[in-house]
Amino acid sequence: MPQVTLTVNGQTHTAEVEGRTLLVELLREKLRLTGTHVGCDTSQCGACVVHINGESVKSCTTLAVMADGANVTTIEGLAKPDGTLHPMQEAFREYHALQCGFCTPGMVMSAIDLVQKNPQGLTEQEIREGLEGNLCRCTGYHNIVKAIAAAADVMHGKRSEIARAAE
Amino acid sequence: MYDFAYHKPATVADAVKLLADPDAKAISGGHTLLPALKHRLNKPSALVDLSGIAELKGIRRAGNAIVIGALTRHVEVATSAEVKAAIPALAYLASHIGDVQVRNRGTLGGSVSNNDPAADYPAAVLGLGATIHTSSRKIAADDFFLGMFTTALEPNEILTAIEFPIVDKAGYAKMKNPASRYVMAGVFVSKSGGNVRVAVNGAGPCVFRQAEMEKALAANWSPEAVAGIKQAAGDLNTDIHGSAEYRAHLVTVMAKRAVAAAG
Repeated sequence: MPQVTLTVNGQTHTAEVEGRTLLVELLREKLRLTGTHVGCDTSQCGACVVHINGESVKSCTTLAVMADGANVTTIEGLAKPDGTLHPMQEAFREYHALQCGFCTPGMVMSAIDLVQKNPQGLTEQEIREGLEGNLCRCTGYHNIVKAIAAAADVMHGKRSEIARAAE
Repeated sequence: MYDFAYHKPATVADAVKLLADPDAKAISGGHTLLPALKHRLNKPSALVDLSGIAELKGIRRAGNAIVIGALTRHVEVATSAEVKAAIPALAYLASHIGDVQVRNRGTLGGSVSNNDPAADYPAAVLGLGATIHTSSRKIAADDFFLGMFTTALEPNEILTAIEFPIVDKAGYAKMKNPASRYVMAGVFVSKSGGNVRVAVNGAGPCVFRQAEMEKALAANWSPEAVAGIKQAAGDLNTDIHGSAEYRAHLVTVMAKRAVAAAG
């Protein structure tokens, strides 16, 4: 069986996998990082989005062997060891950007990639288009868009804390 | 998905050797092949991962053409200053394939080799009259796309690069399925001197040229020139997303939009 060595959330792991093992299966079933979800399993819904070498990808459509040597970040790798949330996580909480939460890990990972790639800032329309690969069945997206805008201000140093949501 | 052996060669020559096994298949981004394997539509003995072959990557200007390596990802074409300046319609097309995450993984060579009827790139390849470079020869776009998921590539022949001519004008418009983002019907138009090409994707089993529209646009390059041309529905696709008649109607609408986008 092929062997893969990859760094996940800063920790190096070596695992035996089958050729057909998906990256999401390696993360969830071998490394027990179950924050990354499988929704559609057809690369449409985005619940499985993780970062490979800093870029958002759908881990249900990536073979584990193809991530050999890569640096992977999952939703579990965002908060600081003391529990301080990443600004994007904090913003999702502040703006009530989730209801059932199933899509949330993928939404957060895609949103971070979107904000990082657009240091000049993002319009509401650009945020909506940037989320085209992530489906949410509860929120209607509105609060997700607000949360991402608020997190972008902190991630780009325009504010030191997430702006409070209107009461 | 059935299991398979996995190989990651470092050179085209090694990849060609591994693909001598008729049941082996090449993979790069995997964004059309892996979904097909999950459906057990295919049972390869081995996957030959081309992603470690450096010579297949990159974008360069060569005379009056842009040559893009097969392993170049959609995001790289979409954001390339060179492509945006020379063939903006090609960068536009690449920036609208699938979604962000698909564009971060999917490659030019994978999309064109696979020739999914609903893929975007085949429209640009045929609509620009590009030349496909392989591990053994060069193939004109007109001779490359043979049918649904079928191309002129031999089993152990690897698409290495595509040479896109720089044209006077080009434009692309598509109607996509809102969930899968696959093309329902798309049209890529280009004009280079008196040479006009119109390629239709998504609507039929394979990308095809629309001769009547090409003739009309050669005489009068304007959206109005194609507005009255009706695409025959006969050979087009019917599925749960739309009938052949609906797709035929979309072809005219998308052709008008593509010409308008080309300017």
